[in-house]
Amino acid sequence: MEYLDFEKEIQEIKNQYLNCLSIEEKSGVNMREVCIQLKSKLERTIKKLHGNLTPWQRVQLSRHPNRPYTLDYILSITKKDSFVELHGDRFFGDDKAIVGGFGKIEDNTFMLIGTQKGRNTKERQYRRFGMPNPEGYRKALRLMKLAEKFHKPIVTFIDTPGAFPGIEAEMRGQGEAIGKNIYEMMCLTVPIIVLIIGEGASGGALGIGIGDIISMMENSWFSVISPESCSTILWGKWDKKEKSAEALKLTAEDMYKFNLIDEIIKEPLGGAHFSPKKTYKIIKKQILKYHKQLSLYDMKTLIKKRKNKYISIGCFNEQ
Amino acid sequence: MAWFLRKKKNILTPVDKKKDLPKGLWHRTPSGKIVDIEVLRKNSYVSPEDGYHVRIHSKEYFEILFDNGNFFEIDKKVISKDPIKWEDYKKYTDRIKEAKKKTNLYDAIRTGIGKIKGLDVVISCMDFSFIGGSMGSVVGEKISRAVKYCIEKRFPYILISKSGGARIMESSFSLMQMAKTIARLTQLRDSKIPYISVLTDPTTGGVTASYALLGDINIAEPGALIGFAGPRVIKETIGKSLPEGFQTSEFLMDHGFIDLISSRTELKKNIYNLVSMMM
Repeated sequence: MEYLDFEKEIQEIKNQYLNCLSIEEKSGVNMREVCIQLKSKLERTIKKLHGNLTPWQRVQLSRHPNRPYTLDYILSITKKDSFVELHGDRFFGDDKAIVGGFGKIEDNTFMLIGTQKGRNTKERQYRRFGMPNPEGYRKALRLMKLAEKFHKPIVTFIDTPGAFPGIEAEMRGQGEAIGKNIYEMMCLTVPIIVLIIGEGASGGALGIGIGDIISMMENSWFSVISPESCSTILWGKWDKKEKSAEALKLTAEDMYKFNLIDEIIKEPLGGAHFSPKKTYKIIKKQILKYHKQLSLYDMKTLIKKRKNKYISIGCFNEQ
Repeated sequence: MAWFLRKKKNILTPVDKKKDLPKGLWHRTPSGKIVDIEVLRKNSYVSPEDGYHVRIHSKEYFEILFDNGNFFEIDKKVISKDPIKWEDYKKYTDRIKEAKKKTNLYDAIRTGIGKIKGLDVVISCMDFSFIGGSMGSVVGEKISRAVKYCIEKRFPYILISKSGGARIMESSFSLMQMAKTIARLTQLRDSKIPYISVLTDPTTGGVTASYALLGDINIAEPGALIGFAGPRVIKETIGKSLPEGFQTSEFLMDHGFIDLISSRTELKKNIYNLVSMMM
């Protein structure tokens, strides 16, 4: 497990705790008392450090190298062997930064789509650091249309630093691909659940982010721009990222306060990466809950509601 | 010493004795051609010498497109609030005040209702001079209302984009304007009313990724910069230099995203032609 710079204290205590356990196991000496004490100390420390996170620390947590990614969620919450990944946009190619396919959660079939990051250098390059090209958005749309055809609800998982800024991406119409996805998602005749599980940057996130319910995990963020790029554009240097993170009001809490999302999903103590299994359970429960909520509406009402929700967003005065 | 050499260096005329030349009589195009402003104005601000399209504002577009320059403006005084209490080295509220003072505009878009060759139309036009033509809540709301008006009156909608993208100072609120404007455009589609998107220099970021490329017809002015990611960002990301003509109108047409490139002098005729055949 890797630790962030502000989590050093947690790392120390956790190591002590693990040491204690292994000593007990190896030597047979009764260390129970110490173990219990260390464990409660660990919990207290995490609570202390995670109880008052700055927006930048949230951004760091959202990018934690051990944090679960889209496929981790999909494979853990779907019934064994039910998820079949489907590839390609049927025009140009298969983008590895977006994954998707049908899968069963309990007895319900869903279309599960999300941006995917890699764990090591090779994988990261393969997944283009979770930054989709136009064919990724077009694959996502193709799969959503497939879901619509067979009346299956859609769940999207968002974890992206943005759409890829590249020559080929522009040639193949990155802007058009994102715009078209938003356009079509507005009108899809199946319920759409959007989960922001890590980074949610800019149009790249919105390209698969239109839905009836939008939820953010506690340590995720959603913004018009990443804190680093914001710092470069507005302050002229990249090292104002902490300040940018604060100014952008990008945390789940902020987004909930602004009424731009429906719910904040609590993560286990220490963050999603601290107890992945618990996290999967939570996400599964949430998806089923949302599915139940949305199935109360007929599609005509739901689409009208969806559009009106977006049309009403804005903050202005009139003289 | 040669007689023509200056003995004393630097400029010695005091500032208050400086003779001012009247500004705005001539325009110099990037290729170095000097054009009389009056000639330029009569030619829809296109240089007759080299075809260069001078960046103009909503005021000039309305003059060029509406019959006799006649129109009435709706939703004029919708102004931005400061939803996230933004402050970089300047406060957002101060930026807006400054921009308002400098440009005499209320935000980066205006909507006019009038006629093109006798045909009723609604035109929204963005102003780059107002905080880089950035799209925030006001731009989103004004587009949303303009489209609603079009649906009610069954007037075709023409939207002239000229923008650096979403307005960072409104963060997620400006991001969501992409979704908001598109939600309205889906209603326009359902009503089967033509939507003409005109892309001018520059059209980038969140505007490109929302309404600008979703027109029933996408028209671009020649030589405009149009793209999703900015050229500098792309260059830095891939560490390679960019091909010539990258992200221009011509580039986009070659790759299939623009229906037609129209000189500004032909814009009115083209819009009229297309709309009258679609309605």
